[in-house]
Parts: sequence; C-alpha cells; structure tokens
Amino acid sequence: MKKYLPLIILAILSILPLIGLSSYAMHILILVIMWAAIGMAWNLLGGYCGQVSFGHAAYFGVGAYTSGILYYKLGISPWWGMPLSIVVVSLFSLVLGFIVLRLRGPFFALATLAMGEVMRVTTENIGWLTGGTLGILIQKRTWVSKFGYYYIILLVAAGTFFLIKKLIESKLGYYFVAIREDQDAAESLGINTTLYKTIALCLSGALTGIAGAFYTNYMGYIDPHVVFALHDISIVTIMIVMVGGVATYWGPLVGAIIMVFLAELIRTIPGLGAAHQTLFGILLIVIIIFLPNGIVGDFAKIKKIFKQEAPRNELN
Amino acid sequence: MIPLEGFLQTLIAGILLGGLYALIGIGMTLIMGVMKIINLAHGELMMVGMYIAFWMFELFKIDPYLSIFVAVPALFFLGIALQKFLINPVLKVDSILPENQVILTVGIGMVLANLATIFFKSDYRSTPVDYGTSAWYLSDYWIDTPLDLSLSVPWTVSFLFAVFITISLWFFLSKTDMGKSIRATAQDLDAALIMGVNVKLMRVVTFGIGAGLVGAAGCLFIPIYYLYPSLGGQFTLIAFVITILGGLGSTIGAIIGGLILGIFESMTATYIGMGWAPVGRFVIFIAALIFLPGGVASLLKRQRFGK
Repeated sequence: MKKYLPLIILAILSILPLIGLSSYAMHILILVIMWAAIGMAWNLLGGYCGQVSFGHAAYFGVGAYTSGILYYKLGISPWWGMPLSIVVVSLFSLVLGFIVLRLRGPFFALATLAMGEVMRVTTENIGWLTGGTLGILIQKRTWVSKFGYYYIILLVAAGTFFLIKKLIESKLGYYFVAIREDQDAAESLGINTTLYKTIALCLSGALTGIAGAFYTNYMGYIDPHVVFALHDISIVTIMIVMVGGVATYWGPLVGAIIMVFLAELIRTIPGLGAAHQTLFGILLIVIIIFLPNGIVGDFAKIKKIFKQEAPRNELN
Repeated sequence: MIPLEGFLQTLIAGILLGGLYALIGIGMTLIMGVMKIINLAHGELMMVGMYIAFWMFELFKIDPYLSIFVAVPALFFLGIALQKFLINPVLKVDSILPENQVILTVGIGMVLANLATIFFKSDYRSTPVDYGTSAWYLSDYWIDTPLDLSLSVPWTVSFLFAVFITISLWFFLSKTDMGKSIRATAQDLDAALIMGVNVKLMRVVTFGIGAGLVGAAGCLFIPIYYLYPSLGGQFTLIAFVITILGGLGSTIGAIIGGLILGIFESMTATYIGMGWAPVGRFVIFIAALIFLPGGVASLLKRQRFGK
C-alpha cells in the first residue's frame, strides 16, 4: 500500500479536474501543485542536503525571466522557456554555487538571501533586456480554460517528486544526508562535499526554475517585484517545507495545501488581508517552537498527543 | 579640478554613511558572536526604532536625536523579550535543521514589518527637522579654497553620535565586568561557563544591547532618510554584508567593514548610478568572500601574529 501511495495520489490528482471544478478551484489547485513542486525542490537542497536557502526566488525568477525574455525579445512561444530554463538555471546555479557554497549554515542562508535581492535589483536595472520594473506581459494566453495548465504543472510536480525520491534512495541521497548531519565528518570519509553540494544546488535550482517558467506562462505577467519577491517567494517556500515537514517526501505537498488554503482563507475574511504576513509569521514561530520537523515529520508526535488525550476523556 | 572635487565629496558622504552602517553592523556582530545565530530581524528592529523617533517627533516635537534616550531602552527591552520568550525556547528544541533559529528571526521580522504596515500604513514618512537641509561649506571658512566641499549638518551630527556610541560601547565591552563576561561568552561558551559567567544572562543582555544599538542607529538615520514599514530587509542585508566584510563577531572589523561599505556604496551611486548601489554592496560582499573569507579581522590577526 505504502509503495503505491504516490501513484494513487497522482491518479486522484489527475482525475480531480474531470469532476467539474470551478475555474477558481482549478486556480487554487494549480497554485497548490506549483508550490508543492517548488517546496520539493527546496527540500532537496535544504531538507536533505542541509543547505538552507533563503533565495529560491532567484531561481524561480531566472526561470520565469527565461520564458519571459524568449517571448519579449525573440518573439518565441514562452512555453519553450520551460525546457530552456533547465539549462539556464543550472548554469546560473553553478555560478551562484561557486560563491555561496563557500559558506556554511546561517551564513549560507543569508548569502542566498542576498543573491535573491541582487537578482531583483539587477533585473530592475537592465531594462533593455527585461523590461525593467514594467515587467513582461504575455499578450496572448495559450488556453482560456485551466485544464492544460493543470496537467502541465502536475506533470512537472510528479516528475520532481519521483526524481527526488529516486535520488534520495540512491547513493547520492545518502551523501546529501551525510553532508547535512556533519559536513566535516562527511569530508573525512572521502565525500567530495563541494561537488555534491553543487549537484544538490543545481538540481534544486533547475527544478525551481521550471516552476518559474510555468508561472510566466500561467500568469501571463511577471515583474521583478513579483518573481524575485523575498517574502512572497523565498520565505513562503521555506514555510511550506517547514510547516509540511523537512526532509520528508510528502511534507511539501501538505505544506503547500495548508499555506495556499490559509492564504486564500485570510484573503476572503475582510479586514484580515493586510495582516497575512503577521499570521504567516506567527504560524512559522509556532511551528518552529512546537513542531520543529513539520506536520509530516512530527506526525508521530501529533498522534501521541491525541492518544494521550483520548484515555483522559474516557476517564472523565 | 571638478572630478577631484566630486570624488572627495563622494568620499566624505561615504565615510559619514559608513559610520552609521558600522553602528548597525556592530549590533549584529555582537549577537552573532555571543549567540552564534544571525538575527534576520535586525533591520526590522531598526525600523521599530525609527518609528519610535518618528512618533516622538510627530506627537511631542521631540528632536530625533533626543529620542535615542527613549528608543534605546525600548528596543533593549524588546530585544530581551524576544530572546527570552522566543529564541531561547528554540535553542533547546531538537530538530533536523539547526537553522531553525534563523528562520525564527525571519518570522519575527515578518510580524514586526507587517504590524508596522497595519498600524502606521505603508506611507513614506520623514521627520522634517529645520536643520534637515542645511550644510557647512568649506568656502564659508576659507574664501579662496580651490575645492568647494560641503558637510551636511544632520549627516555630520548623526555620524558624531554614532562615533560616540561606538566608543562608549568599546569602553563597556573592555572595561566593565559585564562587558568582559559578554566577550568571554563569545570567545568560548564552555570556558566562560566554568569561569562562573552567567551565560544565560549574557545571551539575553547581548540580544538587548544589539537591539538597542540598532534602535539608536534608527534614530540617527531618520533625520537623513525616509521611513516605511518594509525598510528593514535592506538594512538586515547591509548589517550582514558588514559582518562578513569585517569578520564574524569582530567589533573592530564591523567598524572598518561599515566604512568600506559606506564609501563603496556612495562611489557606486556617484559613478555608476543610484539604482546600482545595492548591487555594488553585493559585489563587495562577493569579493570579500572570495579573496578575504575571514574578513578584515583576519588581516588584523595576521598582523598581530606576524609581530
């Protein structure tokens, strides 16, 4: 049963749109799956390899702009940006990794954060290529209905999931975890930590980049403040994984469901919309203090709480 | 003569800015040295300090420089509260990622910035002090000067305040018992514990001092800068770049790093373009990582050992 769980969930997700959901519900579903894919990509680098990145917006944005520039400058369909972004973002991650992977722990975190910000400022300043702060508008959308977009992102997310699962269960995955647990010990056992950290960074970056390229196609409009956003992309990515469960296969999906629904819920309650970052921040603080490994990671702990309470109720 | 004049003027602006940056950087370095965590809410704490100065000016017409005496204690206690009730519990929690504390400070920063937006709106604000645009000109004192340089009054006053606060902090850290205990905790936690230093208290106090310093920096910045709720993020980054540039946990390094960054940034703004100043900040950050990974502090140390 457990072995087939991914396939069962994939099957459920692929027939879900056929039951006739509204356009809004489809939009939410697409967002959930897109964020789950980004979360899984982050989880590869942050959760398994232990390199907590605060700058995944950089990869997301570079992927999005690969698509956008293809359309804006060359007049090619932005869909080509999805395969192309793999190449572009991988090269970009390679360069970035050369700089940021010299740092460890919190310093790595902040260096990546700075990278994301720098990408935003650079994009704003090179207007001849990127359209500057005006952004890029894709004038002709491919489809009006959301079915096509849904299946494309589902394909991307499923691909990401199985790729990461395969990787983590291979030798490479054990190397990653060894680096996370103790980099010096891993190094002394003959693991080329720089090489494997670079691999993790490039893969994680490329997978995030594809999601970014999809975003351009789906939303039809990008600007530097949206795709390189610190809070709305980088931090939300971390929160999705933290809430769902660090270094778990299903954590990012659970986290994405919770975060996207929470964001929509906050938006629908009047007067609360402005406070969404406060609520996210409080959720983050609560999760870190009480469930440091996320809902999936600390599932045993949650179960225990309910089990302990159950007999007490019986006694009463 | 004109290019030289422009260059010198840029240099002066850079040094004045660098003095203020140093103050922000020192707060972060102190926290990093003692707690071994990066406080990603540092810029947001500065934003809180700036709002205190702003409201003091708006409501009671108190000069921003005087509100240092309100903002510093307020931020000190805010820092203590954050450390005691939020960060300390997480230090004990067992989790896969040791960066949890850093992510926690991000959460704190988000809450602070967002609360400021809700309560004070996201308008750009400033304190229109009457000396805000006045300046001292070299030609006023020396009639046939070949170069006409100027010193902006609020920038200079802020700079002097920053220097004064830095010197007092240095006295506190090197001459008083508590300062010595803080430095001991930063150098070797276990040894400090054995020597009878109350490490727990030192952690709390250090976080308070770091927050208080950045609150003071906020009061010094408001006469020359504008204020909006999301301004914190960029100053967190500045503080971090300074800390890397100066060497982790080194106070002198932070001062030198702040000056380098200030000068470099004002040079980029003058010679390349205003919009590129944040990129210039980052170029110097990368250069420091590649060529001088230990920061300025490692250079200082090398010299000392050389002798």
